[in-house]
Amino acid sequence: MQLVLERRAERSGTIALVSPLIAIGLTILTMVILFAMLGKNPLLALHAYFIMPLTDGYSLQEIAVKATPLVMIAIGLSLCYLANAWNIGAEGQFVIGAVAGSWIAVKTQGTDAGAWVLPAMLILAAAAGALYALIPAICKLKFGASEILTSLMLVYVADLFLDYLVRGPWRDPQGFNFPTTAEFDPVATVPLLIEGGRLHFGSVIALLVVVAAAILLRHTIKGFEIRVVGAAPRAARFGGFNANQLIILTFAVSGALAGLAGIIEVAGPIGHLQPGISPGYGFTAIIVAFLGRLNPLGILIAGLFLALSFIGGEQAQIAMKIPLDVTKVFQGILLLYVLACDSLVLYRFKLVFANRQVTRGAG
Amino acid sequence: MLSGPSEARSRGIGMVFQHFSLFDNLTVAENVALGLDGEESFKDMSARLEQVSKTYGLPLDPKREVWQLSVGERQRIEIVRALMQDPKFLILDEPTAVLTPQEADQLFVVLERLKAEGRAILYISHKLEEVKRLCDTATILRGGRKVETCNPRRETAASLARMMVGGEIQEVKAAGGRKTTVPRLVINDLSLPPAEAHGMRLEHISFELRGGEIFGIAGVAGNGQDELFAALSGERLSKDPGTVVIEGIAAGRLSITQRRRLGAAFVPEERLGHGTAPRMKLSENALLTGHAASGMVRRGFIDTAATLKAVDRATETFDVRKAKRDPEAASLSGGNLQKFIVGREILRAPAVLVVSQPTWGVDAGAAAVIRQALLDLATAGAAVLVTSQDLDELAEIADRIAVMFHGRLSAPLAASEASREKLGLLMGGSSLEPEEVVHAAGA
Repeated sequence: MQLVLERRAERSGTIALVSPLIAIGLTILTMVILFAMLGKNPLLALHAYFIMPLTDGYSLQEIAVKATPLVMIAIGLSLCYLANAWNIGAEGQFVIGAVAGSWIAVKTQGTDAGAWVLPAMLILAAAAGALYALIPAICKLKFGASEILTSLMLVYVADLFLDYLVRGPWRDPQGFNFPTTAEFDPVATVPLLIEGGRLHFGSVIALLVVVAAAILLRHTIKGFEIRVVGAAPRAARFGGFNANQLIILTFAVSGALAGLAGIIEVAGPIGHLQPGISPGYGFTAIIVAFLGRLNPLGILIAGLFLALSFIGGEQAQIAMKIPLDVTKVFQGILLLYVLACDSLVLYRFKLVFANRQVTRGAG
Repeated sequence: MLSGPSEARSRGIGMVFQHFSLFDNLTVAENVALGLDGEESFKDMSARLEQVSKTYGLPLDPKREVWQLSVGERQRIEIVRALMQDPKFLILDEPTAVLTPQEADQLFVVLERLKAEGRAILYISHKLEEVKRLCDTATILRGGRKVETCNPRRETAASLARMMVGGEIQEVKAAGGRKTTVPRLVINDLSLPPAEAHGMRLEHISFELRGGEIFGIAGVAGNGQDELFAALSGERLSKDPGTVVIEGIAAGRLSITQRRRLGAAFVPEERLGHGTAPRMKLSENALLTGHAASGMVRRGFIDTAATLKAVDRATETFDVRKAKRDPEAASLSGGNLQKFIVGREILRAPAVLVVSQPTWGVDAGAAAVIRQALLDLATAGAAVLVTSQDLDELAEIADRIAVMFHGRLSAPLAASEASREKLGLLMGGSSLEPEEVVHAAGA
């Protein structure tokens, strides 16, 4: 008897929806084992992770706040991944966007600059993120450099550049030597949606990005181009689509969205520029993109779910002294299962009883 | 039961594949050595290789690298490699698909000799005349099931075809009296360096194709047909715009989309992955080539209803069998997918259709439908360029036939003058007597 993977004649629509849920189920199962090994009550830990954050208004708002950058970045990354362009450096584009936008905030600090400041910050951040993402894209096209490596390495460049700025030229003179800029002026701050709450206008932008991406991918020829270049490069060339132009475009768009997410985070919930403005949003967004099946609506749901794990991780640390790093373990295991379960979309398991050589579906 | 290829070899089963399993950058001897698991030294093996190849009249130089060899020579390597294990049972899968008629004749001599030596041969082919000529027993398979076992010499090609298809095959008919009109596709001295390491260089190719005409290009695979298709379609651009003229407009520097807008349509050889995106729906694959000029896109937005309508029209006109209205391309059988692709392009009513291997690996019924569609398109006034390795197909539909060899195109022969022998000589690289060429060109 043998267990074999057999190729399906056609992509299974049901499994495409169910496979992320299977992955989540397997992840939770693994977490239960992990919690038990840590000597914690698994049920209480799961409750702290996934139920407690949903029970009070403050945590719910906080989930939306955390999901905002994740969703925005993941939407951009999904466009790259659909087109077979592997941008792994959204974290760096996020930081560069935050830095570029903050430049306006820092320079106009204490002046009577008007309402133009915030829009200018958003635009500059998006442009900077896009330009920063174009570096690996152009290196790939001109020199054949792997965009996976170059985009990842540029993350560290961006991080250190931010570090230099807040420790050097942009440091707040009244900041007791902490490496941070002064608090941004009100005109340089993303407005809140609810007075006294946490939810800010950036979440609305994230929703608009989701809708725009959904329309782009389903209803426009550009979206079709992105999908076909990734799915069948030779057929795409036969269709008259230029894969190189698309690498430039998708890198620029994903860099712009990451940059935008960066400045929204800094000018919103944080309120000033400092090192460590991101708990790894740019990397977690990769998981969000795949968990959401590279589909805008799926990414919105996946973004909220991953945000829940961030908040839940904090709750579990406070309530049960479970280390915060368990959240990262959770996210890593989740990505592993998501990718593994994806094979079920194209293949099915089959038990073979005859004792003979079985060739596996080519693939 | 066999556990794998090496056990098959050790039990005396040899196999010659349709798609050769050879390494282009290795020599003949190295390739043969890779397929053997004996303990003899490389030197002894090379000597034995030369001796076996001489004995069977399959001359090979063990020291040459595979990429320098013709397709016929490559097949010899496969056959000699199989023979060196002294097989009791030899399997050949579509061995003549890549051979000129003369090369095929030579192969048959070798096969007769192997038979006389007491070896069994399993010969897989869809060419019925070959089966009648060569085989003692024939088993016909259809859709993975055995239909019949018979003595092919007592059958006619038509009766074998009926068993293969499971019904009568529609006869392809030309409407008769097609008139050629204006030149629609003109190629002027087209030369193009190879795109990849062992690709073929196109050299000084010129021809003119008028409306109402089907122009056939014969030739053994790998003699520049793929490169010519890429140059005509615009997947590769020429240096000089004047080398490719579509509907009177210099198109050598235009993209494939712009060429489609001039009224050209293209059907590549490879159905999955080139002609269609395998894992996308048929409606999306209609959009793949239809976005250029078929009104499926307005202001950047896709008209989904129009793409579905294109699928329905192709389905009805060309009898495409599928499980649902809009399945993924990869779920269709080869013949049905080919009918869809040909239908997709023909229903755009192109002025110029360039089609490569239109019925390659397609069942006889679908092949007849496709050939008829090409004839009808020409009758309607379009210029049709057909590249094919199947000489019978070209004889059936083409008005003129030229042969590609080593990136060059021979002078075209009128179909009535293009005997298998003449075409075979050209496919093997010999040139015809000068007066014959002049005569044919004047026809």
